[in-house]
Amino acid sequence: MLSGLAGVPVWVGQIASSLINIIALLVVFLSLFALVSVLERKILARIQNRLGPNRVGPFGLLQPVADGIKMLIKEDIVPARADKVVHFLAPILIAATAILALGIIPYGRNMTPFTIDGGILFFFAIGSTTELSVFMAGWGSNNKFSILGAMRAIAQMVSYELPLLITVLPIVMVVGSLTPDAIVAAQGNYSLGILPHWFVFTPWGAVAFILFFVSGLVESNRTPFDVPEGESEIVAGHMTEYSGFKYAIFFMGEYLGMFAVSGLAVTLFLGGWHAPVRILEVVPSYVWFFLKLSVLIFVFIWVRGTLPRTRVDQVMNFAWKFMLPMAFACILAAAVWHYAGHHLIGWLYSLVVVVVVYLMLSRFIGTGKKFAPRTYRFAE
Amino acid sequence: MSSLGFFLIAIFTLAAGLAAATMPKLIHAALCFALTFVGVAAFYFLLGAEFVGLVQVFVYVGAVAVLIVFTILLTPRDAEKDRSFKWSGAWIALVVFGGLLWAILKTPRLGTAAPVISALSVRQIGKILMTDYVWPLQCVGVLLTAALIGALVLVMEEKR
Repeated sequence: MLSGLAGVPVWVGQIASSLINIIALLVVFLSLFALVSVLERKILARIQNRLGPNRVGPFGLLQPVADGIKMLIKEDIVPARADKVVHFLAPILIAATAILALGIIPYGRNMTPFTIDGGILFFFAIGSTTELSVFMAGWGSNNKFSILGAMRAIAQMVSYELPLLITVLPIVMVVGSLTPDAIVAAQGNYSLGILPHWFVFTPWGAVAFILFFVSGLVESNRTPFDVPEGESEIVAGHMTEYSGFKYAIFFMGEYLGMFAVSGLAVTLFLGGWHAPVRILEVVPSYVWFFLKLSVLIFVFIWVRGTLPRTRVDQVMNFAWKFMLPMAFACILAAAVWHYAGHHLIGWLYSLVVVVVVYLMLSRFIGTGKKFAPRTYRFAE
Repeated sequence: MSSLGFFLIAIFTLAAGLAAATMPKLIHAALCFALTFVGVAAFYFLLGAEFVGLVQVFVYVGAVAVLIVFTILLTPRDAEKDRSFKWSGAWIALVVFGGLLWAILKTPRLGTAAPVISALSVRQIGKILMTDYVWPLQCVGVLLTAALIGALVLVMEEKR
């Protein structure tokens, strides 16, 4: 099959195959970024009873092209007192780490760009450097709003990294591997041909999925948790002093991070590239992956259009008092499920564990405040 | 190929370390220090110890570097004013260097090439940690929990 390449040394082949993977990743995700950025504006417009962008191209679909050109020809303003090198490096680092994190996700059957033994660990190791780049952006700008935003961002990212990691643990425990491919393969069976064995359909998996999704929202600084860049309080947080293409790269890094977290959620909980019903396995596997990914991204946008911003103390309290204990409960419930032998009885036991912990937590945290039903007054 | 990689990574790591030691601004030094951690992680990858390399990035770049940066932010800035050469630092560096040199020279040279060790998979590391090294693991866990609670207690007392 590869006879044409017979005389070529091995390392040339390795580099070529890596380059092909990298180019495919970049092309797919950058065009997805362009598409989602216009879709997000369309969906938000629909939620807010507006039309949204509809001037450029059919249905405003060429809007990202216009935006890109606008961003490119804008003046790049660097504050006089800024730390030039750090200010310059921060957006690059954010986008680069987000692209690296995308590299380990299995997009389809035999479609993992880079197979690493500890793929899940790689994802989080790369993700944990985001805090440093956000700090670099805030500090390098030499602006009070920037540094405030960066501090807020780091505080909430550090706090939510714990539930994000701990909700992954039960899956790693049950599967017994840190490789994304093995985790997808473990979810590949069906009961009766119609009930897929995705982890989201177990009680611990469902809870872990919700916790993971919420932590993902926080890690990508999306709306209910966009405290670090709250426009009404601190201009744009760590991005205040960025303009033109650097701002666009920040924006891109945020979206790519969102894709990475959603992609990992699909891999871990929603069965990766497996079809929901066995008969539908004839549809190419990557179609299923990207369908699930778009559903998750739609929920991201939907949440953004629906929920108001939380306060800083609310974000923190929620992380440490609720998310973290629930994440530990997931580990316990997964262990119960695993040792009761993945059957209905284990399913019920683990449901009991999760529900008991949830009720106990809500009793402990509950401040005893009673809220009267809201009354609304409408303009006549 | 791998010796070329070794030299590239070594130059990168040493340059980052030197920059961390000589940069005039503390934040720059801390960021260069984070680069040094990345270089060390690259060494682990070169040696085939993927897991250790990933943990190196995770713990040192993700947590320790952020901790250092925070420490710099939360301490007063006047620490920067004294930039004169310190003989005590040079003495400590010399003593440490001498100690390391002595340890390296004392190691018997291997006449033959070391047998090839198959790279440890994450699964093997997990098994060993949970069987042979379970007590050290538990002790470290207790120690870290104690440190966490201690940090919380310190912060709470300050509030009063």
